[in-house]
Amino acid sequence: MGWLTRSKPQGTPGGPEDRTAGEAGRKVRIPEGLWIKCTVCRQIVYRKEVERAGKVCPKCNYHFPITVEERIEQLSDPGTFEEFAGDIEPVDPLHFVDSHRYPDRIKSAQKKTGLKEAVRIGDCLISARPAVLGVFSFDFMGGSMGSVVGEKVVRGVERALERRVPLVLVTSSGGARMQEGIFSLMQMARTSAAVGRLHEAGVPYISVLSDPTFGGVTASFAMLGDVIIAEPRSLIGFAGPRVIEQTIKQQLPEGFQRAEFLLTHGFLDMVVERGRLKETLALLMCLFSPGDRICSSALSEAGDGGG
Amino acid sequence: MTETKLKKNSKRNIPQQENKLSVWERLLLARSQERPTAMDFIQRLFTQFVELHGDRNFRDDPSILSGIASFEGKSVAIIGHQKGKSFKDRVTRNFGMSHPEGYRKALRIMRLAERFHMPIVSFVDTPGAYPGIEAEERGQVEAVARNIMEAFDVKVPIIVFVIGEGGSGGALAIGVGDRVYMLENAVYSVISPEACATILWGDSTRAPEAAERLQMTAPDLLRLGIIDGIVPEAEGGVHKDMNKTLSTMKALISETIESLSAKTPRELLDERYQKFQGMVAYRENARTHFPPASLLT
Ligand SMILES: [Zn+2]
Repeated sequence: MGWLTRSKPQGTPGGPEDRTAGEAGRKVRIPEGLWIKCTVCRQIVYRKEVERAGKVCPKCNYHFPITVEERIEQLSDPGTFEEFAGDIEPVDPLHFVDSHRYPDRIKSAQKKTGLKEAVRIGDCLISARPAVLGVFSFDFMGGSMGSVVGEKVVRGVERALERRVPLVLVTSSGGARMQEGIFSLMQMARTSAAVGRLHEAGVPYISVLSDPTFGGVTASFAMLGDVIIAEPRSLIGFAGPRVIEQTIKQQLPEGFQRAEFLLTHGFLDMVVERGRLKETLALLMCLFSPGDRICSSALSEAGDGGG
Repeated sequence: MTETKLKKNSKRNIPQQENKLSVWERLLLARSQERPTAMDFIQRLFTQFVELHGDRNFRDDPSILSGIASFEGKSVAIIGHQKGKSFKDRVTRNFGMSHPEGYRKALRIMRLAERFHMPIVSFVDTPGAYPGIEAEERGQVEAVARNIMEAFDVKVPIIVFVIGEGGSGGALAIGVGDRVYMLENAVYSVISPEACATILWGDSTRAPEAAERLQMTAPDLLRLGIIDGIVPEAEGGVHKDMNKTLSTMKALISETIESLSAKTPRELLDERYQKFQGMVAYRENARTHFPPASLLT
């Protein structure tokens, strides 16, 4: 039960923004048991209830960070997720060393998360509809985008194009992976270019932003979805809050860079609670698909976009 | 990479004459207030420059210059970051750090260029996209992302010159092209060495060290297969004498327009797409994928 017991995620050597300002970063150790203390509202809540809601606090609606496995389980039909491009591994094009060698950082991230890289991508069914699903892990070097992440997103796009099925990407990322230098930056170009081809072909792309999504990931494919969804209160932006505070030397307004802030400013289509995410995706996929299918009313029930 | 290994590598890959300056010295040159700005290049490379203003939505962002001009009897469109000259001018232009409306202005001019079949020449010179409250409110991420994506769909030749600082996403927002050249002392990086040093060691004074590790100079990027060529500068920097640099740039613009105008729009876009798709380094099933240029060294 990693999510309840793990301590504060390690500082993000991966993301230029080095973001730990999000709620994900303020996590404290919680003892396992029947009852747990919410990290945000500090109330004691029944653990089963939290889990039933997809790891959401029943008192304050805080969306706890979840693993890639858990996300795939929540969104895809049981047993349908088939990973592809899973053998792509990072190299060290700049021979980058800080306090550790980059290959050592990768190894420890792999050990910590059980993942090969910061994103997994595969074919799956979402409410019986075929899709390509990619999910980011913030725990893997801050979900940062290097060559492998870029390549997997591009492969995901190619796969969606080839099969003509919707692409769904669930992001959480501190931004670029600076250990890969300019290669990291160029993944913004590669992924955005690929998404352009999806648009051209009329294959739907639904971008789901979870807490936190920043920097080069937001400033490329994540902001280019046909529909862009975010989980409640997720921090989303270009520069991290601390960078902005240091630049402008003033405090940031309440709610700044939260999902609701982006919705108000016109950069998201909707804020959707985790418990409604799958049905929302399924409905959108249905509405985007050709033919005269009757789509269920899941979205109208899911609410007004305000979460 | 150890210090000695780094030196050995650079000796192998960089012509001796270019080895005189350290990465940090180059970076200081790239940021120097004496360094010619985009406007200095525009005035000397083109004639009849007409500046066009505004994103038609919010305001005119003075950190981005755009317009149309004449080059060897042909019309071209121009976009570029403008850092400014005097202190007052630099403040007005926000030191070349653009807001979303700056990138949207650039996109507007790129689409205008496409409608009138004008090749685009872009001048990159920015510390990065501006990190501020209003920039976030107006969608800095959306503006950068959209520019990058749309640049792959603009059906006229695009030539990019990184003339000073190529700062991350803010650079790439006007940095996608069929040919990308860097001036000899320009830099191009995913993150500023100061920010990198702060993250790595909690100490921005170690920026010179971070600059070395990031491999941000023109010879580095040529070796890594990211750029198409290096435009030489005068001894001590292009601010000492622009002539050599200008004549190379003119030749490159001329040559590029000539060779790319023969292509169909589909060929042009496909080649641009493939060019950038090659900028990746990973291993899959014991095979290592690396940009072609780096295989040559
Ligand atoms: Zn709570």
